[in-house]
Amino acid sequence: MKTRELTCIVCPMGCTLRVELTDEGEVAAVTGNTCPRGAAYAKDEVLHPVRTLTTTVRAAGTDRPLPVKTDRPIPKEHLFDAMKRVNSLQVEAPVRIGDVLLDDLFGAKLVATADLL
Amino acid sequence: MNSYQVAVIGAGVVGSLVARELTKYDLSVALIEAREDVATGSTAANSSIVHGGFDPEPGTLKASLNVKGTAMMPALAAELGVSYRNNGSLVIAFSAEEMETVRALYARGRTNGVPADSLSVLGQAELRKLEPNVSDDAVGALRCASAGIVCPYGLAIAAAGNAADNGASLYLSAPVTAIAKRDGKFLVTAGPHMIQADYLVNCAGLYADRVARLIGDDSFTLRPRKGEYLLFDKSEGELTGHTMFQVPTTAGKGVLVTPTVDGNLLIGPTSVFSDDREDKSTSADGLAFVRETAGKSVKGLNFRQVITSFSGLRAVPDGEEKDFIIRFSERDGHFLHCAGIESPGLSASPAIAVYVADLLRDAGLPMRPNPRFDPCRRSDHWFRRLSAAEKNEVIRKDPRYGRVVCRCETVTEGEIVEAIHRAPQATTLDALKRRLRSGMGRCQGGFCTPLLVELLAKETGKAPTELCKGAPGSLLLAGTLKKGAEQA
Amino acid sequence: MKTEIAIIGAGPAGLAAAVAAYDAGVKDLLLLERDAAPGGILQQCIHNGFGLHRYGEELTGPEYAARDVAEVRKRNIPILTETMVLSVAPDRTVTAMNRQNGIFTVEAKAIVLAMGCRERPRGALNIPGDRPSGIYTAGTAQRFVNIQGVLPGKEIVILGSGDIGLIMARRMTLEGAHVHAVCELMPYSGGLNRNIVQCLRDFDIPLLLSHTVSRVHGNGRLTGVSVAEVDENRRVKPETERYIPCDTLLLSCGLLPENELSKGAGVPLDPVTGGASVNERRETAIPGVFACGNVLHVHDLVDFVSEEAHLAGESAAKWVLSGAAGHAERSIPVRAGGKVRYTVPQRIDSPETPVRLFFRVGSVADNAVLTVKSGQTVLAAKKKRRMTPGEMESFELSPAVLCAAFDAGEPLTVSVN
Repeated sequence: MKTRELTCIVCPMGCTLRVELTDEGEVAAVTGNTCPRGAAYAKDEVLHPVRTLTTTVRAAGTDRPLPVKTDRPIPKEHLFDAMKRVNSLQVEAPVRIGDVLLDDLFGAKLVATADLL
Repeated sequence: MNSYQVAVIGAGVVGSLVARELTKYDLSVALIEAREDVATGSTAANSSIVHGGFDPEPGTLKASLNVKGTAMMPALAAELGVSYRNNGSLVIAFSAEEMETVRALYARGRTNGVPADSLSVLGQAELRKLEPNVSDDAVGALRCASAGIVCPYGLAIAAAGNAADNGASLYLSAPVTAIAKRDGKFLVTAGPHMIQADYLVNCAGLYADRVARLIGDDSFTLRPRKGEYLLFDKSEGELTGHTMFQVPTTAGKGVLVTPTVDGNLLIGPTSVFSDDREDKSTSADGLAFVRETAGKSVKGLNFRQVITSFSGLRAVPDGEEKDFIIRFSERDGHFLHCAGIESPGLSASPAIAVYVADLLRDAGLPMRPNPRFDPCRRSDHWFRRLSAAEKNEVIRKDPRYGRVVCRCETVTEGEIVEAIHRAPQATTLDALKRRLRSGMGRCQGGFCTPLLVELLAKETGKAPTELCKGAPGSLLLAGTLKKGAEQA
Repeated sequence: MKTEIAIIGAGPAGLAAAVAAYDAGVKDLLLLERDAAPGGILQQCIHNGFGLHRYGEELTGPEYAARDVAEVRKRNIPILTETMVLSVAPDRTVTAMNRQNGIFTVEAKAIVLAMGCRERPRGALNIPGDRPSGIYTAGTAQRFVNIQGVLPGKEIVILGSGDIGLIMARRMTLEGAHVHAVCELMPYSGGLNRNIVQCLRDFDIPLLLSHTVSRVHGNGRLTGVSVAEVDENRRVKPETERYIPCDTLLLSCGLLPENELSKGAGVPLDPVTGGASVNERRETAIPGVFACGNVLHVHDLVDFVSEEAHLAGESAAKWVLSGAAGHAERSIPVRAGGKVRYTVPQRIDSPETPVRLFFRVGSVADNAVLTVKSGQTVLAAKKKRRMTPGEMESFELSPAVLCAAFDAGEPLTVSVN
């Protein structure tokens, strides 16, 4: 049995959550939460934490980078690998907000979050 | 190798004014500065006061040059377009005993030649009428109407620029590391340059003793003495009209409270000897002392409106020397020291320049007037001083004057580009700040720094990652991001 | 130039105010913006988390701004960019300057102040030490990284755990910098839990509570900072001082509403918020001059900025359409009591429509009871499990409560105990 402690981010309460994990890595119990949303968050965060990546890419012909994001969260452990791929990318104008720049970045699409005209 | 009749070492306010004074004559003049800009040493950070001249010991160079320099300052500031205000000063007394000192200062002022109509001893009622925010504990004061405030680095920049406009050669980033003598001429190693000169004037500020050592002269040693200051937002600039000193006591000289020419309020300084000539740090203790001591003079100091703190170093002669050291070296009759210019050095600087020229003439330097000398330099602040209609005329011809880059101080792109290209050329953020006040306002560069970096890079052709805040090594950025394919 | 409503600032507040004023019937509007493009600070806030309340989805800053800009463009409301407003006169004449027009004036019937805020700089924090390069506010660093594509530094210490500092800790880390620590003077963070978790813990960046930077070192570039614990009076405990080598210090120590123009116009300010004192329609004490967004009080979420700006824009339009008619005959001041630091609005001029009061607490309040009193009479009360200084709280006053307050004629006091 292992225990992990987390701060809940679902609401401003910031409950301290304790998650008990079985030796097989499954969630046995969540304590410390004051609502069901907290328990759900704890489970997800322990088993497969994901994050939306927001960063910039190089745009041809200008020093100013273009802001981008993944259209859905990607596994947290791949954030730095994702950064490497994004940093090697170069886009050409015109790009419209929402345009897909990479089709598969660890399960998500990389999309522009601003126009490049 | 470039050859000059006179080379001035050090482009602080003294060196810059000396160089300018010499361009009034038909002379070839070099102004050599170790740093990347003029006015980075004691000139950059001091009280910015034009003292009346009642304080120095009678009979000293300090006394005579202070009184003369203060009298010259208004006209000089006008010629050079430098901010100056004749706001007068007060020495505040807090006891009957201190009033005695006030009377003694009055008498000394008269001995030193301070005009009689400029000095007056005020009682409590008169003082309060003049300065309603003066402390309730103040019992009287010495008023000196001829005292004023000036922008010290503005004065040095304008003097160096005017010297350059009148033909002087300005060498920046040129630290003097060796001085040799060959065929009766000095050979000066100044950074990448070799400069030949008949006469040298040592205006090297905090490093003047080290420059003296380069010709084997160890007749004086300087010790830096640090002063820490607090600067308030312009919202506090009218707390006092006069510059307020405290009566010097055995416990110390007290601290001053003064408006600045830019409309801020300044309090300080501390006075502590330091062993490091580059130490511009502030300390929690020092700033606490300034806050506490300044609070004795005036009511209503609002410390929430402090926008920055800073410190400066004064070059104070060690040992027996109590006066300015302005004399030819005993080692070489063509090497003139202009050293130990501590307070009231700024006030005296215009007169020091004339005095130096006189000493050089007496030493045999031929000095015919330069018919092409133009005493005037357009102020770095020329644009902001125009009327709205005049500004519009300028903006119509050059729209860059219509784009505000520093919002707190309303500095336009046009002014910045001009300062980057005009002598003495600004190549760093601090250099721009000293000329235009960009980044000196309430946000302290938060908004304009990235914009200034873009403009400096564009106008100087340097990469943003090569740009400095000020001193060598003070790089602003660590790298460029998003190299795209190069990175892969 | 003449216009019905001049809006100063085309960030989220100004944009939303413009749209609301237009939709309320005033078509002759002018937005004045100092930056090269509309959107304000959102342009550099490339992270997500904006818009949950307003749109029910998480947008990045540029995406959130783009939606407002699109609405403004759809209505053909003119935006003058790279235009600096130099002054606002009490008669609602705006003086501004740009490349095309030089210095020009705009005579407006109503003005909406939407200039936003600035960050507290090093000088105002009075951190002793040297004056090297490499000390930036978090927002300046954010602009360098996200807009200009340059990295301000590689070895970072952050002072202040405000959200911008936390966001920049993550951003700099993702771009290859090493963030050594975030120091927070207070015993709690001013940032959102989500940011503490996702910007610091995700990257093992220590958050040092009750710590400050006691000294900065370096003559050229920053070479390091001294970090120390503080006591309950926020004074440095010298024995805890330790040195952290770094080349960059980022400051995230609070935001200050940027009200120099308001002061120049003679608008009375609330000393606590640093913004104008307003009524429930976001009208300042000067008739026809309205304020909204971070220039009025620093918000935690842009969604609330937009909501407030909508109200201010609509109010400005109504004011213009009603022929710029007078002032309230009676008004009830709203005061902060207990742990409440301030309220917005600071006065209520009419009891006829519900009023949502916004406020912040000065310290963490657990199992808090919020009360609204008129004199000694409790008119409304609400329980809340936790309130923190980092979050803006709100409470709606019904017309019934307001009528009772107007009948009593005494100030309303909002307190948390």
